[in-house]
Amino acid sequence: MNAVFYLLAAITIAGGVAAVMLKHLIHSALAVTVAFAGIALLFLQLDAQFVGFAQILVYIGAVAILIVFAILLTHGADLPREGVFSKSWLAGLIIAAGVFAVIGWAVLESIDAVPQRNAVFEVSVQKIGNALVGRYVLPLEIVGLLLTAATIGAVIVAMHEKERSR
Amino acid sequence: MAATPFFANLDRIFILLRDWLVGFLPVAVRPAASVVLGVIAIVCVFPGLFALTTIFERKGLGRMQNRLGPNRVGPFGLFQPVADGIKALIKEDIVPLSANAAVHFLAPLTLVVAVFMEFAVLPMGRNMALVDMGSGLLFFFAMSASTELSVFMAGWSSRNKYSLLGAMRAIAQMISYEVVLVLSSVSVVMIAGSLSLPDIVNKQNHYTHGFPHWYIFTPWGFAAFVMFAIAATAETNRSPFDLPEGESELVAGYHTEYSGFKFALFFLGEYLAMFSVSGLGTTLFLGGWSAPFSFLTFIPSWFWFFSKVMLSIFVFIWMRGTLPRLRQDQLMNFAWKFVLPFTLLDLLVTALWRILGLGWQRWVFCTVILVAAYVLMGLDQERRRHIGPRRYRYAE
Repeated sequence: MNAVFYLLAAITIAGGVAAVMLKHLIHSALAVTVAFAGIALLFLQLDAQFVGFAQILVYIGAVAILIVFAILLTHGADLPREGVFSKSWLAGLIIAAGVFAVIGWAVLESIDAVPQRNAVFEVSVQKIGNALVGRYVLPLEIVGLLLTAATIGAVIVAMHEKERSR
Repeated sequence: MAATPFFANLDRIFILLRDWLVGFLPVAVRPAASVVLGVIAIVCVFPGLFALTTIFERKGLGRMQNRLGPNRVGPFGLFQPVADGIKALIKEDIVPLSANAAVHFLAPLTLVVAVFMEFAVLPMGRNMALVDMGSGLLFFFAMSASTELSVFMAGWSSRNKYSLLGAMRAIAQMISYEVVLVLSSVSVVMIAGSLSLPDIVNKQNHYTHGFPHWYIFTPWGFAAFVMFAIAATAETNRSPFDLPEGESELVAGYHTEYSGFKFALFFLGEYLAMFSVSGLGTTLFLGGWSAPFSFLTFIPSWFWFFSKVMLSIFVFIWMRGTLPRLRQDQLMNFAWKFVLPFTLLDLLVTALWRILGLGWQRWVFCTVILVAAYVLMGLDQERRRHIGPRRYRYAE
């Protein structure tokens, strides 16, 4: 545990806390993005390049955009009249702390369940790629099929309005 | 061959310069100092190139439109970028009263920082990548994906309908074309077998009868390069895909409410994105820093990289002077109904190229499949085209 870890942890936690406490939904979404970036940097600090970059690519590049679009399209983006902090911040904080406590408890309990490995494995992006198209190709294909089905479903839902308006 | 050491040293001149400068420092801080020097070089060279490109673009566009372009500041108007820079610095920084000040302030900064990060993995010459990362390509796309949120931040925080519409258009366009950008790069990864950009350049740096083995000179590579170029133009919001800032419809898109140096930062970010995506295209398809003919290999590698990047920039400017702007529905139809299917087909052709192995068959098969697909898709689109009054779905 060095200074870089504490810095990144502070950024991540600050982002998470801000996401819970800020009043404005879009500010919360942007704060969540900061937390995503902090987590990605923590992965990179652990030499997990693939997970780190995938975290940036998927969470900052796609999920954050999805969140802000969802907020905009559901009219939640109006600026609040007064104050920066949400009134329900206490409830949000308690729920977040509860979820964190459950996850933390599960992680701490699982230390004994998983056999300890002393050797540090070097998991390169190339190894992950070979595993994905080699041993785990069937799960990959199934996930791809599922996502394609979801995309087609989304297109059908969007097409429906056009049929009705004719 | 008395001249060989001279050219070898010229090729390594920036590395030698860095090592000489770092040599003055104590041994303990040398690795960190050499990285910092690399960062300083990137942060100085590319904005300098940006200043040169603005004057180049205005002059070039002027010539294409049968006028002179800027010609008042300095000889041939060459100091115009300096004047523009000073103007941007001393202009009043106006923030709209109802704008979301913090987000409005952060948007240009996050954009420029993310774009600068992209340069870290580009090999700009032999051994001249700042970070030789095993997954450099993934890093590049991760950074370019995080610019989309900055565009949204700028458009939303301005609290202006033109800004928000421009940002929405920009994000829709960037997401649609990012898919193509990534997929057309995947075919290069399939052949090179590496995500590291210096590795990809090394794989292309061979010569047969004096001609290089660049990926653009293969059927799949040519198709992927064309798709990559289309996607890169759309990704950088350049004409004919400049709908996000279509000045006849949206004032200036997501940076309508920015003035002074913040506007200059957006401008810088746009041009830096052009440089970085040109650098990536050069690295993936045009052999990066390798020379176009084997007898030209004595010319320094960095010269070739920057020549290729500037050539791509010239093509960007040329297209801006030539093509009219697309409409939003044309843009989306083009992306999802032509570019994406063709890129997916090109991925299959790339796999076929790999399976067929060395020999003449793979050239014939791959070329025939791609040309046939191109012609058939074109005929199909031609058949479906109907010219007539446009029907609006929501505005009647």
